[in-house]
Order: sequence, then structure tokens, then C-alpha cells
Amino acid sequence: MNSLLDHLVVLPILLPLVAGALMLMFDDRQRVAKAFINVFATGLLLVISIMMVVQAANPTDLLAASYPIGNWPVPFGIVLVADRLSAMMVLLTSVLGISALVYSLARWHAAGPNFHTLFQFLLMGLNGAFLTGDIFNLFVFFEVMLAASYGLALHGLGLARIKAGLHYVAVNLGASFLFLIGAALIYGVTGTLNMADLAAKVATIPELDRGLLEAGAAILGLAFLLKAGMWPLGFWLPTTYAAASAPVAAVFAIMTKVGVYAVLRLSTLAFGVEAGASAGLGQTVLQVGGMATIAFGAVGVLASQTTARLAGYCVLVSSGTLLAAIGMGNAFITGGALYYLVVSTLAISAFFLIVELLERIRIAGADVLAITLEAYGDDEEDNENDEIGMAIPGALAMLGICFALCVLLIAGLPPLAGFLGKFAIISAIFNPHGLTEAATITPAAWWLAVLMIFSGFAALVALTRTGISTFWATMSDHPAPVRVIEIAPILLLIGLTVVMTVMAGPVMDYMYVMAEILQSPAIEIGNILATPLVGEVLP
Amino acid sequence: MELVLAIGIGVLTSCGVFLMLRPRTFQVIIGLSLLSYAVNLFIFSMGRLKVGAAPVTASGTIDPTQFADPVPQALVLTAIVIGFAMTALFLVVLLAARGVTGTDHVDGREQR
Repeated sequence: MNSLLDHLVVLPILLPLVAGALMLMFDDRQRVAKAFINVFATGLLLVISIMMVVQAANPTDLLAASYPIGNWPVPFGIVLVADRLSAMMVLLTSVLGISALVYSLARWHAAGPNFHTLFQFLLMGLNGAFLTGDIFNLFVFFEVMLAASYGLALHGLGLARIKAGLHYVAVNLGASFLFLIGAALIYGVTGTLNMADLAAKVATIPELDRGLLEAGAAILGLAFLLKAGMWPLGFWLPTTYAAASAPVAAVFAIMTKVGVYAVLRLSTLAFGVEAGASAGLGQTVLQVGGMATIAFGAVGVLASQTTARLAGYCVLVSSGTLLAAIGMGNAFITGGALYYLVVSTLAISAFFLIVELLERIRIAGADVLAITLEAYGDDEEDNENDEIGMAIPGALAMLGICFALCVLLIAGLPPLAGFLGKFAIISAIFNPHGLTEAATITPAAWWLAVLMIFSGFAALVALTRTGISTFWATMSDHPAPVRVIEIAPILLLIGLTVVMTVMAGPVMDYMYVMAEILQSPAIEIGNILATPLVGEVLP
Repeated sequence: MELVLAIGIGVLTSCGVFLMLRPRTFQVIIGLSLLSYAVNLFIFSMGRLKVGAAPVTASGTIDPTQFADPVPQALVLTAIVIGFAMTALFLVVLLAARGVTGTDHVDGREQR
């Protein structure tokens, strides 16, 4: 263990940290240099995360690659874990990162100070949150991510952003305190913060302390669910996402997935089948809450007055579907949900980018049905034509096609991957033990299936309405041109979902193996606890 | 000692939550600060309360009950720093909101 590859797991955290710190040395006037460093670092991150996924998908090495930070032995030091799930999430982060970054280079990166630095720190926090195997370290990376996101949410300023940002910061500060209380309670009962060590100890907790442990886990879960936007904790989300600038909102699409990821990780690891009396803690809450989120999100999608807000509610629907599916606690459903997670994140991210381009071609206020425009403070942008890059011809047709593909993905219609993801979940709900074994269908399964189909229908209605009022309406006479570097990231994101549709077999296999490992965590727990130190020769 | 600490945490938390639910941004930030004090004390108390015990264990065969738990102390230090930084950040947003909207109401406009 002495090549750079052994330290692969820590690189997605170190690289953005170094790049972000480096960019602090530059004045904001040297924007080209900063942009160059940022693109280079994010591109390198993409390569690293592809290597991580390849390593994690290696059939001889199904289990996690764990890395002890500072070479402290597990469970006393902090351990980073790159199993299939975290490697996939890191890859998803860097894909969203590079596309949002390229998009921002057209004009948004110049709209305020320190965009590039904050962007790298956001990536660092996201990657750290996905990779860490320690609860308190997870808190620290959450805060790194949030601190950067506060700055980015306000990027470009303007009344709407400041008003939304104030709520966003206050709500997330409150959530951070819940996180701390939960982590402290868990430490107080089990005496450990390492997730694998915690999982090994949960079953042996004395009966008297179990209530305290479960309370701690519930409070911790509350903090995650607030990030994931579960009803009724997600009220802040559509406003904030709609107010954020387009590339920022595109990266924020994965921030709710951090909450979903943390719930999935901790609920399967610490409260899975091996947790004794605590097994399956909170599953009912996840199911009911997830379904309520889908319903709330679907109604919100129908009722939205602006397209950006509509996209915010699509995020909620996606979160709710994932939470309810995770709450079912079944490997098949989880596998389908993980596929859906990737597809819906890519689609929503692309949609956030498209929304801004749509605003350029339509007459201001065309989609406002009843409420006056100033209620949203949607007035701070001006379409100056001094940006870099060349405009593409046939922009309208291109935008229309991208928009239609996004509608298919978000509403979950065939032939694209959005349909496959939803189909995989619904099929697994009705056949929880596989297609060969008969099973009774629970009422919860019926409800979830109905809600998922309803939410898809609601998204279809609302998005079609948006499409009609945008593309088939009177347009502004001189729409600002759409540039190659603006449309290319959207094509990349949508193209990836097309690849996922064509390659659905191998991708699904990856997801199912991942879900299988998640649902029976005993081997992974042992593997993490036996993490060798770097430089140590295994017996 | 346990009772005093518990009452202290309880009073700080209840005041913090009350202030956080008030409509003025200044009240919210004071509420958040009080909450962070309460949470920090709470984390500290999770290492069990001990008086006059050394925080770091010596090497060799030792009796762990003779020492104070060092982990919550490290956690609380991190939590203080992060909480402080976040409160400062919130203060900046608060001032920006006050400057742009002209009111210190959390919704950016006075209730009618």
C-alpha cells in the first residue's frame, strides 16, 4: 500500500479543498485564472470519481474500500468508506459539478465575488458527506457544504435571494443543532461515533438505554429529513431553489439527496436486520412521510406559478419517492430507488438549467397566472449580450427538444430512464421477494404506487402547460442568444440519462448488488472495522 | 450538579426556541445563539459529569473510570467553532436583508 491509488478515497475531499484554498489567493479580477483552476479541479474530480466507481464495481472487491484518516486505527480515528453507494454519489456530484460549472462560465460566475471558491468548497462538503464513515465527521462535512451553500444561494443577490436565503440559513442552523443533539445522544449511549462500530453495538445496548438511543437516532433522522425536504419539513426548499441562480440550483439538486443518502446509510447500517430490538426503526415514519411528501410535491407542481418553483417541487416529489421507497426496507425496492435517484437528480439538474434559458425567450410574466410578478421579486436579471462563447443556431428547437426530454424524465414516461426507475420501484413494491415468489400486497404498497403514478401525471400536466405557454406563445422579439457552453451541460446531463436507459441492465445490476450489500450490512461492518492502516501488511 | 446542568440546558433551550419563533431577525439570531449554548452544554454532558479528573488517559493498564471522557470535549470544541462561524454568517445575511428590504421582519415585509 504505497501508491497514490491507495489514497484514492481521500482525494475527492482533498482536491476541492486545495483548489478552493488556492483560488482564495487570486483577486476576483483574475476571473479567468480562477475559472481555469476550477474547471481543471472539477474535471480531475470527475476522473477520480470514475476511478472510484470502477474500483467499487470490481466484482472481486464487492465490499467497501475504507481509508483511515491520519492512519489512526478504526474505530478510534475517522474512517472514510468508498463502497458502491458512496462512490456512485461522488460520481453524481462531480457530474453535476462539471455541468453546472461550465454553464456558469457563460455569465453567472461573474455575478458576484468568490463564486469559484465557494463552488469547490461545496463539492468538498458533498464528497466528504458521502464518503465519511463517522457521524460527527458527517456533521462537519454537512457544515462545510452548508456554509458554501449559504454563499452560493445568495450568489447574484437580489431581493428574492436574500429573503429566501434568510429562511434557508435559519432553518439549516436549527437542523444543525438537531444533528448535534442526536449525535451527542448516540455517543452518550454507545460510546462510539463510528457508523460501523455503532452498527455492531446497537444490538447489544441494554434495554434501559434503548429508548435514549432510539430518541437520538430519531433526532438525527429529523436533521437529515429536513435536508431531504420531507413533508412537513420541506417548506423552505422550493422558495430557496427557485430563488437561487440557475447553475447553483443545478448543483443544489443533489443537496436533498445528501439527506436521503444519510437516512439510507444509517437506517440500513445501524438499524437494519442485525439491530436486534431496534431493527427497522423509523420505517413507518419514512413511508408515511415520504408519501405525504410526494402528495405535497405533486400538488405544489400543479399549483406553481413560475417554472423555477415548479422545478423546486419536482425536487420534493423525487425526495418523497426515495424516502418512501427506502422506508419499505427491501433490497429490490432500494435497488430501483437508487436507479431512480441518479436519474431524477440528473433530470432535475438539467431542468434547472433549462428553466433559465426558457425565461430568456418568453415575455416577462407570461406564465404568471394570477399573482402579480413583484410578489416573487423576479426582476433583477438583465440580458446583456456581453458574455463569452458563441451562440448556437436553432436555439429554440434545441431548447424545445431538451425541454421535452426533461418532461419525459421527470414525469417518468417511456422510453427514457425516468420510466425505468419508477417501473423498477413499482414492480418491486408488488413483488418484494422477486418475480418468482408470490407475495401479498400491503396497503402501503398500493398507496405508494398510486401516489407515484399520480405525481408523474401531475408533473406531466404542469410541465406540458409550461411548454405550451413558452414554446407556443408569443415570444419576445429579440431573445438573448443561447450559447454552446450553456446548452452543452444540459445535453451532457440528458445524454447520461439516455446512456443509463440504453445500459439499463449493467447499471441496474450495480444498483441491486449495492442494495443487497446495504440491506445485509454484517460483512461490510466487519470489513470497515478491520480496516488496515496504510503501510500495514495484512497477515 | 446534574440537576443544575439539566435546568440550565432546559432554560437555555426553551428561551432559544421561543426567540427563534419570533418575527424579528435580531430575536432569531439571539435565539439561535442561546440554542447553540444549550446544545454545546448538552454535548459536554454526554461524556458524564466528573470533577477534578484528567481528560487524557495515560498509557499502560489503567482504569478508565478515573478519567474524564475526552471525546465530547473535542466534539464541543468543534461544535462551538462551527456554531460561531454559522452565527456570524447568519448575521451577514441578516444585515443584507435589513439593508435591501428596509425592515427587520424575517419575511422581509411587515405584517399587515
